[in-house]
Amino acid sequence: MIKTELLIIGAGPAGLCAAISAAEAGTEVLVVERSPRIGGQLIKQTHMFFGSERQYASTRGIDIAGILMDKLTKYGDRVRILTETTVLGIYEDGMVTALHREDDYFKIRPNAIVVATGASEKALAFPNNDLPGIYGAGAVQTLMNVYGVKPGDRVLMVGAGNIGLIVSYQLMQAGVEVAAILDAAPKIGGYLVHAAKVRRMGVPIMTSHTVKAAMGKDSLEQVVICMVDDRFRPIEGTEQTIDCDVCCISVGLTPLGELLAMAGCEMKYIPQLSGTVPMRNADYQTTVPNIFAAGDVTGIEEASSAMVEGYLAGLCAAKHTGHTHTEYENKRADYIAQLSQLRGGPVGKRILDGIAQQLN
Amino acid sequence: MSMELLEKTGIPTDDMIRSAFPPVERINRGRVAVAECYQNIPCNPCQSSCGFSAITVGEDINNTPKVTFDKCVGCGACLTKCPGLAIMLVDGRNEDCIEFSIPYELLPLPEVGETVDALDRSGEYVTEAEVTQVLNQKGFDRTPIVRFRVPREHLYTVRNIRLRRGS
Amino acid sequence: MRIEEHPILTFNRGNKISFIFDGQRMTGYEGETIAAALHANGVRVLAHSPEKHRPRGFYCAIGNCSSCMMVVDGVPNVKTCITELREGMVVETQKGKGKII
Repeated sequence: MIKTELLIIGAGPAGLCAAISAAEAGTEVLVVERSPRIGGQLIKQTHMFFGSERQYASTRGIDIAGILMDKLTKYGDRVRILTETTVLGIYEDGMVTALHREDDYFKIRPNAIVVATGASEKALAFPNNDLPGIYGAGAVQTLMNVYGVKPGDRVLMVGAGNIGLIVSYQLMQAGVEVAAILDAAPKIGGYLVHAAKVRRMGVPIMTSHTVKAAMGKDSLEQVVICMVDDRFRPIEGTEQTIDCDVCCISVGLTPLGELLAMAGCEMKYIPQLSGTVPMRNADYQTTVPNIFAAGDVTGIEEASSAMVEGYLAGLCAAKHTGHTHTEYENKRADYIAQLSQLRGGPVGKRILDGIAQQLN
Repeated sequence: MSMELLEKTGIPTDDMIRSAFPPVERINRGRVAVAECYQNIPCNPCQSSCGFSAITVGEDINNTPKVTFDKCVGCGACLTKCPGLAIMLVDGRNEDCIEFSIPYELLPLPEVGETVDALDRSGEYVTEAEVTQVLNQKGFDRTPIVRFRVPREHLYTVRNIRLRRGS
Repeated sequence: MRIEEHPILTFNRGNKISFIFDGQRMTGYEGETIAAALHANGVRVLAHSPEKHRPRGFYCAIGNCSSCMMVVDGVPNVKTCITELREGMVVETQKGKGKII
């Protein structure tokens, strides 16, 4: 059994920032990460981030992962990181169970926990949607930007949110053709600067379009697409067949809140936050007093917000373990101000509506 | 200004494009930034990267940037810092043509003197362009700048290039 | 299928690793996942579904969706999208649920 003052589950942008923040306040931290690499989704974000300087705007995500790791190593022994380790459960008595690789089970006894498990990509229902070659857009991004492997030769992107637009651009940077970007909605959901960038490279963005079916023997060969009306019903006679060996699904993310639910945190389905999320207070503390949450698991947003949420949750969780940062009040106010700035525009309005239902 | 076309297709309307451009007299004096950022998103590196205070986003980082064309010296610092790659430079000092400077994050990079296809905002071929300069300093952090020349009449149409050699 | 030149990234691949996929010798690199190495070798079908025997590839690449589970060194249901490749690994297409002891 491992004892630790603070357990952080997930080493993505939120988890790493929570670790930095808590370690800076003097807390002993254990970070547990399911994947072999640290950084979560940052390690495949080759594009420059939005936001302001405070959230590393203009720096590429891949480099932000390095910056955060450097900050963390400053705290030496105070921070321990276990990769290839999956947390399996958080029990009523506060005990946590984990699995390293395939057969090394062990227990962790933390005084407090920050759950920063992130999100997973949603799937889309259509005939043959399980054919190999139909991949989550984020998965394709991992394959090409982390491992340097092309997903295929010609891609159809489904979803014109930020991920769909960004991954389309990155596919072209990797030398892969993008046939088109579809979205069932009548409007592009992602930032219009991203949309304009791929459009002027010749990629059609087809709003009010969806996938009707996929075809292929052992793996994807063709996708039939069609137009949809204002109630998302397919319009007969608008079918087109697109030759492609990869179809990326980018129809949104959903928070990975299972561990929080298991731990007894009060959860709520909030559409504006893209799924079932924990109820929390302004300190990102859940209804179980020693469990905090940060990042996409509390509601889907940009990585810039996840980082600030991580700093805030780490600071507050540290205080809960008895390590109140000397600058606690100032730092807390600063993080809250940064978050309201990031959520200040029209895009953030939806998030704020969601958060209003989540705060307790 | 209607955002409808841009929101549906990713292509801004002619009115929107022209609203982002400086007056022709300013273009004719030399390089100047054109920021095609029409949506309120939380982002301000264009402002912080400008050493001449020529780009203003303001207190609320969700504002769209405003370029003060008379302060802009056309240095191009903002081109490589804009996460949306939404800024370019135009230069009309030569009376027959316009020289564009655009961020270009693809391989292979074009070479000076190379003839390439100039594309519009939907990626369609407009005219032939001649590459005049390729900048790729370390400070650009892997966002090179390509300068190319096209006939003057394409000032508001051209926005991108495509190499003619097989990619 | 491997990207050799990239405008933003430099791939510092680890040492070459030899592994076996369904009886065939293949090469991957240290530090990459089993699923990535297989994809680079042109293998997209990782498993067949238990009931209808439909081909399965990876989907999420974060160890969440269970679409990439294969038999690795005799152990079924290994999430190959988050499991690193190791020298001499024997990787097999998983057919059905896999036998648990």
